[in-house]
Amino acid sequence: MAVTVQTPPAVTSAGGARKRRAPTVLGVGTSLIYLSLIVLIPLAAVVWRSAEEGPRYFFDAVTTPDAWAALKLTIVASVWVALINLVLGTLIAWVLVRDDFPGKSIVDMLIDLPFALPTIVAGLVLLALYGPNSPVHVDLAYGRAGVVVALLFVTLPFVVRTVQPVLLELDREMEQAAASLGASPFVIFRRIILPNLVPAMVSGTALAFTRSIAEFGSTVLISGNLPFKTQVAAVYIFGQIESDNTTGAAAVATVLLAVALAVLVMLDLVQRWGWPPWLSAV
Amino acid sequence: MGVAAVAERGVTRYALRSVALAYLTVLLIVPVGLIVWRTFGAGLGPFWDALSAPSALHALRVTVVVAAWAVALNTVFGVGTAILLVRHDFPGRRLLNALVDLPMAVSPVVVGLALILVYGRFAPAGGWLEAIGIQVIFSVPGMVLATVFISLPLVVRAVAPVLEELGEEQEQAARTLGAGSWQTFRRITLPGIRWALGYGVVLCLARALGEYGAVAVVSGRLVDQTQTLTLFVEERFQNFDQPAAFAASTALALLAIVTLLLTKLLRSKDR
Amino acid sequence: MAIEVRNVSKSFGPTPVLEDVSVDVAAGSLTALLGPSGGGKSTLLRIIAGLEYPDAGHVIISGRDATALAPQRRNVGFVFQHYAAFKHMSVFDNVAFGLQIRKRPKAEIRRRVAELLELVHLEQLANRFPSQLSGGQRQRMALARALAVEPEVLLLDEPFGALDAQVRKELRTWLRRLHDEVHVTTVFVTHDQEEAIEVADTIVVLAGGRVEQAGSPHELYEHPANPFVMSFLGPVTRIDGRLVRPHDLDVLPGPERDSIPATVTRITRLGFEVRLEVSVDGSDAWAQVTRGRADALDLEPGGTVHIRVHPAARTLAAETLAAV
Repeated sequence: MAVTVQTPPAVTSAGGARKRRAPTVLGVGTSLIYLSLIVLIPLAAVVWRSAEEGPRYFFDAVTTPDAWAALKLTIVASVWVALINLVLGTLIAWVLVRDDFPGKSIVDMLIDLPFALPTIVAGLVLLALYGPNSPVHVDLAYGRAGVVVALLFVTLPFVVRTVQPVLLELDREMEQAAASLGASPFVIFRRIILPNLVPAMVSGTALAFTRSIAEFGSTVLISGNLPFKTQVAAVYIFGQIESDNTTGAAAVATVLLAVALAVLVMLDLVQRWGWPPWLSAV
Repeated sequence: MGVAAVAERGVTRYALRSVALAYLTVLLIVPVGLIVWRTFGAGLGPFWDALSAPSALHALRVTVVVAAWAVALNTVFGVGTAILLVRHDFPGRRLLNALVDLPMAVSPVVVGLALILVYGRFAPAGGWLEAIGIQVIFSVPGMVLATVFISLPLVVRAVAPVLEELGEEQEQAARTLGAGSWQTFRRITLPGIRWALGYGVVLCLARALGEYGAVAVVSGRLVDQTQTLTLFVEERFQNFDQPAAFAASTALALLAIVTLLLTKLLRSKDR
Repeated sequence: MAIEVRNVSKSFGPTPVLEDVSVDVAAGSLTALLGPSGGGKSTLLRIIAGLEYPDAGHVIISGRDATALAPQRRNVGFVFQHYAAFKHMSVFDNVAFGLQIRKRPKAEIRRRVAELLELVHLEQLANRFPSQLSGGQRQRMALARALAVEPEVLLLDEPFGALDAQVRKELRTWLRRLHDEVHVTTVFVTHDQEEAIEVADTIVVLAGGRVEQAGSPHELYEHPANPFVMSFLGPVTRIDGRLVRPHDLDVLPGPERDSIPATVTRITRLGFEVRLEVSVDGSDAWAQVTRGRADALDLEPGGTVHIRVHPAARTLAAETLAAV
């Protein structure tokens, strides 16, 4: 499956000035109404609700011991998960593109499974495999390791699927030119291939991060939802909703939204204004 | 063609391959294998029994209804918005483009919260709707809204690039031959995007069938009323009914694999 | 000999691409590998570079058997048809690459790169990126990059194939002049016989995976070894079961010894030359005459002339041309 979370707008104007017609008001209007009713207004309501009782209340709601612990765990775990994905995702993409072994196409297809599998099923499966009744005698339940494993599962495809197409399209002749100039395979990787992969790697990592901080279903079972220990932000929010503390829930939700937005905006800016030149001199 | 200039020596190649496969086995392959084995370990009988229990069937029905509505709505929206974004220009087009991607960044639980705040019984819009007899939250309409939210971008993003690639010329040719807008759409545009549309619809459907967090919040998880298959899995598990939870999980997992195969097929048709 | 190719064979899967090919390239020469598409020329070039390995045979560069050596160790410069520019590096960095990985001191690198950029007339563009250059500029950069590490041999794979006709002509002349200045043993691949004749000292004609003939442009033109080479390099026409150069046909007003009658079908005036299309015994041929001669003959479509192969001309029996 394609990584459908594309921050660079799918509609690029790179094709040169193409005359587009003005749309019907009905067309734009309908789209906007649909989006507003379902996405914009509800999200605005969350932010509104979190601010309703004033900034002091917001701050308090976000800094209660369990809320703060949940946020901290979520962010820290997601950073780790993002970094692991950065390295291993690129490695997996490399192996899928440049290597060949029996069963490769099946493995390639399975990479998309975390996209397709319901999160609760993923959580159940991971708990069954790496929990108290583990057939391989590995018990990660009720611990942070379990949470990280769940997050690694759901974020697996992101870096792989953003890096893979770039690797496939890479001009092999550049590598051959470098070889004819005397560069060893390692130098070729470091100075020719890697710089061309960095944008995709970073983009995939950012997407993995934003997915990770939002994750709910897969962590619910294996973590046991122990506050301060294994409760992630989304689970905390869920608890607050169930206890009718919608303001508190909204506050933490707003923080999550803000973090996600910040990451995506940064990513978009870097993609739009070009990558810092020092990246290619790595 | 040609010698791989980065012709890794045997050692590097095998090392990389081993690491990748080890990671994938631990994280992906073994878990998937386990679930199938656990469920069918006791044979097909218990599997069918668990799935044909009334609660399970009801959950299936709810899931299908919600998913069908969500997919239908998002398909219409998806195609329309894709055409809007690709074929037209208007102030705010970039904004609309970014907004379409927004749902991807939102946690499912936050989606549920957001919808409750607007369509819940004590919210302005929700209250009004309830007064005219439409209950949104803790009922199917709310679940449809939640599912629409989380799967919103999928059809748009599948169709838009293909629409871009096809170019306007065929549509323009049709217009010069006298075809009206709807005719052009039906006879030229739609056939042109049909594989991408299929792909987007399958993605949307898979996402809809598998949604958990958002519907968990919005539905109230009322067993035999607003319980989808995913909610069924969790509820059965918490009630120590492992066979049922696993059976439903396997059904969902098999569905996911079918989806994967379908999308692979549709994507290759699109090439 | 700078390069010796001995009995090289190569197949891709079941398809043989090179069959028992042997070629000698003299040091300091500018050699063209000429032939139709798919004839194996690019493959041979890549085998010399080490970007492909032969199934059989040897490649000897400057006396050393290089057949099994990796491209990094062969000290050959390679220029690709589509430039293979390092698109994430500036022009300067592209050209400096080979020197940088050999860890030369910065000052030396700067000097050498400046020298080379001057040589290829890209001094002003040192800080640009390949995407900002035209095709011709990119190819000049690629050449400077290859020359930077002072290779023993310079290999160019259809270097001007991706460029406009005008740019192609300019760069052709420029390559010849560059070679005269730098004197590196150069081998380039082309399917354009005009290019080969104009630029190269030696031409090797490769078709169907075999060497058809090797020699100077003059040799190949005047003494082609077989009908294929004759038709590939220069115009041919067929008279009386023989292939002959159209300008070797004497056009006479009246019958003479050894002449054949022919009917004029079409006269095309191309400035100084006149192309005279005739019909001889039912088959078509054409002759090339000067304007003066054409005027003197007072030709008209439908009229009769008498064609004679010039006695000193070299002709070949027109066997069935091998389908290449």
